[in-house]
Amino acid sequence: MALLEVRDVAVRFGGVTAVAGVSFDVEERQICGLIGPNGAGKTTLFNCINGIYRPNEGEIRFAGRPITALPRHRMAGLGIGRTFQNLALFRSMTVRDNVLAGAHALGRTGFLASALRLPAVRQEEAAMEDRARGLLALLDLEAVAETPVAALPFGTQKRVEMARALIGGPKLLLLDEPAGGLNHEEVDGLAGLLVDIRRQFDLSILLVEHHMNLVMRVSDKVVALDFGRKIADGTPEEVRSDPEVIRAYLGGGEHARAA
Amino acid sequence: MSASKGIPASAPMVRAPAQRSIAGWQRAAIVLLGAAAALAPIWVLDSFPLFQLTMAIIYAVAVLGLNIVTGYSGQISLGHGAFFAVGAYATAILMAHFDWSFWATLPVAALVCAAIGFCIGFPALRLHGLYLALTTFALAVAVPQLLKHRALEGWTGGVQGLFLLKPDPPSWLPLSPDRWMYVVVLVIAALMYLLAWNLIRSRIGRALMATRDHPTAAEAMGMDIASLKTRAFAVSATITGVAGSLSAVAVEYVAPDSFTFFVSITLFVGMVAGGIASILGSLFGGLFVVFVPNIAEAISRSAPGVIYGVILILFLFVMPDGFAGLLRRLWARAFGPRG
Repeated sequence: MALLEVRDVAVRFGGVTAVAGVSFDVEERQICGLIGPNGAGKTTLFNCINGIYRPNEGEIRFAGRPITALPRHRMAGLGIGRTFQNLALFRSMTVRDNVLAGAHALGRTGFLASALRLPAVRQEEAAMEDRARGLLALLDLEAVAETPVAALPFGTQKRVEMARALIGGPKLLLLDEPAGGLNHEEVDGLAGLLVDIRRQFDLSILLVEHHMNLVMRVSDKVVALDFGRKIADGTPEEVRSDPEVIRAYLGGGEHARAA
Repeated sequence: MSASKGIPASAPMVRAPAQRSIAGWQRAAIVLLGAAAALAPIWVLDSFPLFQLTMAIIYAVAVLGLNIVTGYSGQISLGHGAFFAVGAYATAILMAHFDWSFWATLPVAALVCAAIGFCIGFPALRLHGLYLALTTFALAVAVPQLLKHRALEGWTGGVQGLFLLKPDPPSWLPLSPDRWMYVVVLVIAALMYLLAWNLIRSRIGRALMATRDHPTAAEAMGMDIASLKTRAFAVSATITGVAGSLSAVAVEYVAPDSFTFFVSITLFVGMVAGGIASILGSLFGGLFVVFVPNIAEAISRSAPGVIYGVILILFLFVMPDGFAGLLRRLWARAFGPRG
């Protein structure tokens, strides 16, 4: 059984069909790239998986369990972590507190216990601080741990988002255009980081990305969308040489679009 | 499956800023000195200035409550005077009609305000920013009128209000009721500040600020926004209600005209002047809203409101992020930007 199973998912906004019956799997410990030209339905599909949209048809299962009807705040607890296309950090908080906030779903203590600072709260805080220290070290954020995130450069903020997503111990990491806005060198670093993260944290990654070079380099499997349909699904080599993918990207098939 | 797997165990410890590494005995000394300084006014001040200081600390607690919901949880409330009034009346009614001791009424006042705050939290989920501000403002306007209403007059004493007495000092303490009142207020205020401080530094406090800063990302981190926001409203109303309850016994009198919408505005001014989303700032906010009007009146008897307004504008001009912001900047200048 695959970790993530997407089955015949269709999403319509009014009369517009954004995703038309897409199915694919992400296996455990697999890096899966989701590609397609602008407006292909990548982000819509992505938002179905993390609960922001409800598909009109079809089903999404995570670790065998249907998740399409679950509220959004339950996803993190199940083991689905994510980063955002345009940064979505907690701007007034420090780097460390941003990362700690990512561990929210691991905690159990509530308002009363926290206000009284019961022993359970102390233990939980100590465990979270430990995890945060490890991630700050891994992502080279120690020097800025006490700095408010809003004061940091873009590339650093992206690393904070990554640390925040990883601290919750996700089994599936959803990355929405992680290379967006990064320079050539930073993209190289990111490619290495993704492979490292998969190995160290034993997780699967679903990568929505425009940066074709990055996707082809790190993915075990690539799913290509065009006009809301899946047009290819296979190894990076297979997808790269798929005639329909080439047509979608190079725009060679006006007749295909008309159909 | 654990995220800590593979992370080097010897990851260098990031030493927290200086104030976190204070030794135990130093902390104890600071607490003792602070307690001594806080208790000193009992012996130093005359009864009226002591009463004013008592009221300032009560307002500091009320501002702290407002800061939880507006500063930390990001839900603007212009109606916290209503919770202040409900807390005061809960205590006054139980003491005047049922002869309860003040200490027994305090938890009741807290629970009543918690329940009302929790209920107000639900409509607040659908209202944001200025719309929520106006809705809560309506609450602040409605409460004094409700207190005068004929149906409740038997309980609330209508326009006349209710008289009550300060709690008696224990017989072994050679303190007048005024001085004892100050001690009571100080201890309860310290407790409220400690609880709020713990809450804000916890997983819950981070979640409140996270939902305020970026709700979508907060949900993706597993935060249940509706639950957090309604509970924040309940906690906030509880703290402000406790302040109201204290004010009833400190003044020994409650009447609808003491709880007009102006109280809500006063608390809001205190929060902004002290520092939005700052625990220490709330304390300063309480001092500000009690003492600055006095200063204004000392300067001009005929138009103290004008002077108060001028002081407030100057204050916000010099300290745009409140007193807490000024402290933060001074601290940064003295100990480097990362302190």
